[in-house]
Amino acid sequence: MARKLIYLLPIAVFAVLAAAFYAGLGRDPAIVPSALIGKPVPQFALPPLLADKPGLATADLKSKPVLVNVFASWCIPCREEHPLLMHLARDGVAIYGIDYKDQPADAKAWLGELGDPYRRLATDMEGRVAINWGVYGVPETFLVDGTGTIRFKQVGPLTIDVIDRKILPLLKSLAR
Amino acid sequence: MRGALAMAILLLGAALATPAAAVLPSEMLANPVLEARARTISKELRCLVCQNESIDDSNADLAHDLRVLVRQRLVAGDTNAQVIQYIVARYGQFVLLKPPVEPETYALWFGPGAMLLLGAIGVVVYMRRRQAALDAPLSAAEEDRLKRLLDE
Repeated sequence: MARKLIYLLPIAVFAVLAAAFYAGLGRDPAIVPSALIGKPVPQFALPPLLADKPGLATADLKSKPVLVNVFASWCIPCREEHPLLMHLARDGVAIYGIDYKDQPADAKAWLGELGDPYRRLATDMEGRVAINWGVYGVPETFLVDGTGTIRFKQVGPLTIDVIDRKILPLLKSLAR
Repeated sequence: MRGALAMAILLLGAALATPAAAVLPSEMLANPVLEARARTISKELRCLVCQNESIDDSNADLAHDLRVLVRQRLVAGDTNAQVIQYIVARYGQFVLLKPPVEPETYALWFGPGAMLLLGAIGVVVYMRRRQAALDAPLSAAEEDRLKRLLDE
């Protein structure tokens, strides 16, 4: 019996490899898992973009669960996700914005055209704070819980699917 | 003759050529020792925008920012390992073009060797068995059959 089993070994090894490769097929290699999930938000303080809206600093992220959205007026996918942010903001989700390597005038024109979903809005002209957040392209959106810990990160534009399946359930569980 | 010389010079030049680095003169440090360390570190760090280039080779905006950051950390007195740790803490192990040897990467580092070893063991076992089968004396039934075949 044991003799026979050994002939099944290559088939078993093949099955395991095939399963692993098949699982890998669906993954986008451009998406790098964030090193900061489960870690506290970095130490930073950024000035406001608008005169009538506060900027953003580490201390502002320790009161309630929020989304932190890194965007830029020159970024095409940001335009794609913007209506979803507006929708979330209308539904009462707190969204803080970090305007990445942008001209303030361009960013203001963008918000004037598309609407402003942000409760706080900071500007990171040099992109240095974004590096501390592990950002490697805009847009990126972080979900930070009430203790200032990063719980989720979306690389690239938000989608209805990601919002429904990941972000809203996570916000709901954190609100409890 | 001149043609051959020109060709030789051309070939030598081609042989000596290395891929151009993306480092801009404005990014370079005045201190050549620190600059050399910065180059060494930059060659080990992956550009996350283009992924198969190091930040030393990449012209991406983020690669530029990271090169400047590496140099600032060095000027601030960090060791090479501290600079790399600083970047890894933000972007994860994936930024290392040469993954470290640790439990998570054992399969990557030792997998091919293990496969080769398994194959070698299989071959050795097979050869031994075959040799043993060849060396073994014929059984009574086999002798019988052989005799019958030869007699025919």
